[in-house]
Amino acid sequence: MSLYSEDILYHYHHPSHFGTLSHPTCSSDVKNSICGDSITMEIRLDGGVVADIAFSGHGCAISIAAASLLSEFAMNKSKVELMKIDSDRIMSLLGIEISAARLKCALLPLEALHKALEKV
Amino acid sequence: MKPLNGLRTHQVRDDFPVLRNNPHLVYLDSTATSLKPQCVIDKINEYYSHYSANIHRGIYELSDRASSEYERSRELVARYIHASYPEEIVFVRNTTEALNLLAYALGREILDKGDEVVSTIADHHSNFIPWQQLATEVGAVFKVIDVNEQGKLELGEPLLNGIVTKRTKILALPHISNVLGIRYPVKEIIAQAKKINPDIITIVDAAQSAPHTVIDVQDIGCDFLAFSGHKMLGPTGVGALYGTSKRLTQMSPFLFGGGMVEDVELSFSSFQPPPAKFEAGTPAIGEVIALRAAVEYLEQMDLKEVERHEKELATYATSQLMSEFGDTIHILGDICERFGIISFTFGDHHPHDIAQILSDNNVAVRAGHHCAIPLHKRYGIQSSCRASFYIYNTHADADALVAALHMVNKILG
Repeated sequence: MSLYSEDILYHYHHPSHFGTLSHPTCSSDVKNSICGDSITMEIRLDGGVVADIAFSGHGCAISIAAASLLSEFAMNKSKVELMKIDSDRIMSLLGIEISAARLKCALLPLEALHKALEKV
Repeated sequence: MKPLNGLRTHQVRDDFPVLRNNPHLVYLDSTATSLKPQCVIDKINEYYSHYSANIHRGIYELSDRASSEYERSRELVARYIHASYPEEIVFVRNTTEALNLLAYALGREILDKGDEVVSTIADHHSNFIPWQQLATEVGAVFKVIDVNEQGKLELGEPLLNGIVTKRTKILALPHISNVLGIRYPVKEIIAQAKKINPDIITIVDAAQSAPHTVIDVQDIGCDFLAFSGHKMLGPTGVGALYGTSKRLTQMSPFLFGGGMVEDVELSFSSFQPPPAKFEAGTPAIGEVIALRAAVEYLEQMDLKEVERHEKELATYATSQLMSEFGDTIHILGDICERFGIISFTFGDHHPHDIAQILSDNNVAVRAGHHCAIPLHKRYGIQSSCRASFYIYNTHADADALVAALHMVNKILG
């Protein structure tokens, strides 16, 4: 099956939570060394729960769609809950099978999310 | 199929089992690594099946045969690049190892604080980072020659003015850019560098030229030249470092151990002359031996024909890409004069997405920075797609690339 499902392409062309926050509680920058892509993720926590989240940067359809879907998922979830999610959750959010070569693209937003939350 | 530029491509394709076993494959990534002809695979098999003994060790017949096959490879590789003596060829793992060997064994010996090391922004990381790190380590000045929009080196006026000085100890150059496919005038650059500073050490990365064009190290006039076997139809795990006898003799060993020793006392050791001095430990014997089959295959094909075939394909592919996609395709560097390497960006599409959809259509290209981050930054991009052509590629492969790029537009919008 193609990686480029309607859902993936929709999130690529119209990403949710794309942008920046004015007063983030925490943020992170991550880079994909293979292609130079980078994602900045900013999170505002309220009582340990994600009150707002935004990402910016440059990426392929897979990493942008994953960041968009993950940001939607993360809203109103606790830090504890989010620190527990792994690649399986990303795969189910994306709803496609990812080849080993593209795994790094799909997981870059999760890496950014965890890196930001670890700072709190 | 009619013969193409003297290369009988349909016959050539029959020599490559990967193409037989993947009948729909459009392989456009030979710049990363080439496919291997049957004769190379057979030669590796021959070593492991008939005389898989260690070299330069045993008195018995098998070892003797392995040693003589191994040394015969050295003779052929020397002939291939027109070296004066077989002893000027050191077998290493690949170009990267060859260049790092130089940075460690030679660079650390000759470079002092305040000296200069010169490389170019068009170099592969393997001919850039070793020199950058070396300069940082000893407090030397690391100078980087820039390129212009066409990909030509900005060599100063007059040539090398302000770039090479009497304090420049090392000048490292790419022969052909692995991103732009442009050949650089290394002979002229080296001649001028040696006029400015006769003691300068000149190093040429020939990873992208050795598979595609005639190399004459004596004509180029370099002190060292490095290339990999796996990009020129040979096995992975073997490459060659050419060095003039004078330079190799002056250099200290890089790795110590078996096979490189003359005598060992408790407090000191003495070493073999080159090339043995630089080949400590059991080398990739079967791979070195099979590299000879690759060299013979290329020689028999005639490298001038190889070069013409690739350039013709690159010209055809470039004109097809531009007529089909106009301004939405941006090819890096001069589009007129290039070997079979075309790096490009395409619309707003991310190179990974492009390569993925090309792959879904059986077209294999490289996506990323191609181990040339400085060059991509120079052109204001993070990554690109790279299609590269070799002896087994045809016009149909270029057409398949164009067709698959139409699919990219269709899917990504």
